[in-house]
Amino acid sequence: MIAFLNSLPGAVAQGIIWGIMAIGVYVTFKILDMADLSVDGSFATGGAVLVTCVTGGMNVWVAVLAATLAGCIAGLVTGIFHTKFGIPAILAGILTQLGLYSINLRILGGQANKTVSASNYKLMLTLRNIPGAIIVAAIVTLILIGVCYFFFGTEIGESLRATGANQHMARANGINTDFTKVLGLVISNGIVAFSGAVLAQYQGFADVNMGRGAIVIGLAAVIIGEVIFGKIFKNFALRLLAAVFGGIIYYVVLTLVLRMGLNANDLKLFSAIVVAVFLGVPFWKNKISQKLPARKNEDSTEQ
Amino acid sequence: MLTIKNLSKTFNKGTINEKQALTNVNLELEAGDFVTVIGGNGAGKSTLLNMVAGVFPVDSGTITVDGVDVTTLPEHKRAKYLGRVFQDPMMGTASTMWIEENMAIASRRGLTRSLRWGISSEQRAEYMNMLAQFGLGLENRLSTSVSLLSGGQRQALTLLMATMRQPKLLLLDEHTAALDPKTAATVLDLTDKIVSRNNLTTMMITHNMKDAIAHGNRLIMMNNGQIIFDVKGEEKKKLTVEDLLKKFSELNGEEMVNDRMLLAK
Repeated sequence: MIAFLNSLPGAVAQGIIWGIMAIGVYVTFKILDMADLSVDGSFATGGAVLVTCVTGGMNVWVAVLAATLAGCIAGLVTGIFHTKFGIPAILAGILTQLGLYSINLRILGGQANKTVSASNYKLMLTLRNIPGAIIVAAIVTLILIGVCYFFFGTEIGESLRATGANQHMARANGINTDFTKVLGLVISNGIVAFSGAVLAQYQGFADVNMGRGAIVIGLAAVIIGEVIFGKIFKNFALRLLAAVFGGIIYYVVLTLVLRMGLNANDLKLFSAIVVAVFLGVPFWKNKISQKLPARKNEDSTEQ
Repeated sequence: MLTIKNLSKTFNKGTINEKQALTNVNLELEAGDFVTVIGGNGAGKSTLLNMVAGVFPVDSGTITVDGVDVTTLPEHKRAKYLGRVFQDPMMGTASTMWIEENMAIASRRGLTRSLRWGISSEQRAEYMNMLAQFGLGLENRLSTSVSLLSGGQRQALTLLMATMRQPKLLLLDEHTAALDPKTAATVLDLTDKIVSRNNLTTMMITHNMKDAIAHGNRLIMMNNGQIIFDVKGEEKKKLTVEDLLKKFSELNGEEMVNDRMLLAK
């Protein structure tokens, strides 16, 4: 128990960083209504670009920007595969993800991983100072949520949301849905690469496999956040915050089950099951409420 | 206002499901024309409307709206000239978004979208005003998700959205077919009001012959991908459902049989 409590701050820090990633997943999965698997690749791309740039002597904030832009380009490629090649979104994402594996290896100079030590370079945050890392990650997250809140309230942001909600309506109102989808993928992968860059600093290295299963963790965070906070968090900014809380909860639970003796090799299986169950919850709820006599929906049937 | 020349469309060309949906259709609408379109299932009514809207590319022929050749423009670019209401009440609005957000999106049809905030307080007041004129009680529910509205309310909202920016052409694709008779009548009434107030050039597909006669100044009947009957002005006013049925069997050599149409009589 003491060990669990001791590892709690680290879990929170990781949870926030993955929560940033979950905001990226939220953009595609919830707003555009598509599952984008390129994030597994672009997350590692973010980490790889950051470590390579910083160890090459670049300022850490410029390196973070470069990592984010690299993620945006990955999203652009997926978007072009999807809209210009007519490839279904899921497959387009898988293709980008696969291609990025080779690219990430090249960025890392042919190695599978590369370290960036906090003692040699000035970093945003590091796990050597977990409380500091939590504060930095939290501030960055809040700023990101603010920017997203603003963007998705603008005319362009609104057109992205309309595209996800109803493409027919969007096109009938003059929205170029191909453009909005590509833009959404660019933004999403940019955010994901950004979180990869933050994680690489936190853990002190980038690994070509660091993004494996990232989409599942991102989805877990989004869905856990929605299931737990969906009833109270109605505002868009709060919904994004819920995804970050989802990430924290996910990592706290993960740490707990590891302490309780779960074999670390079984983690991915655990993640997959958690996501499957939480994805199922809204579906089951729906089924159950359909079986009960309709009471609540009087409002929607009146003229 | 709308000129269609020799428009043809075949679906699934070269397969066993090949279907010639439109054959050499010619149609000219004057500004302010309100034309109702009738015809049996598969007559080509919806295809015609969708071709004008740019949902499918044309095989041959041209479509001109107010002097602009839109034949090769993609759907979202043509939207600048067109207001559309669909048969399915789910299709015309973004149901997970608020009423005011839907209206804000519609108010920028054909305009460039920028990083300006999506809605201002003046716009909100303006939307409230527009909705109040409908008498549907929606004016105080601007921040209600559209998913909570009934089919009739959604169609009314879509109608308003389609005409917030004056379209060159309003396309109504059986927009009352999914509603109960009372609601359908309300929405049709609203349609008439909006069309006459804004003097809109309108094409309205309907399965209901009575409605086709009662609304608009012109009526066209389609069959087998062609316009087989076109009547306007005084002559149209005098039409009866019986006339139309007779006309159909006369021109086509068969009965205009269709459950929905018979029920609609």
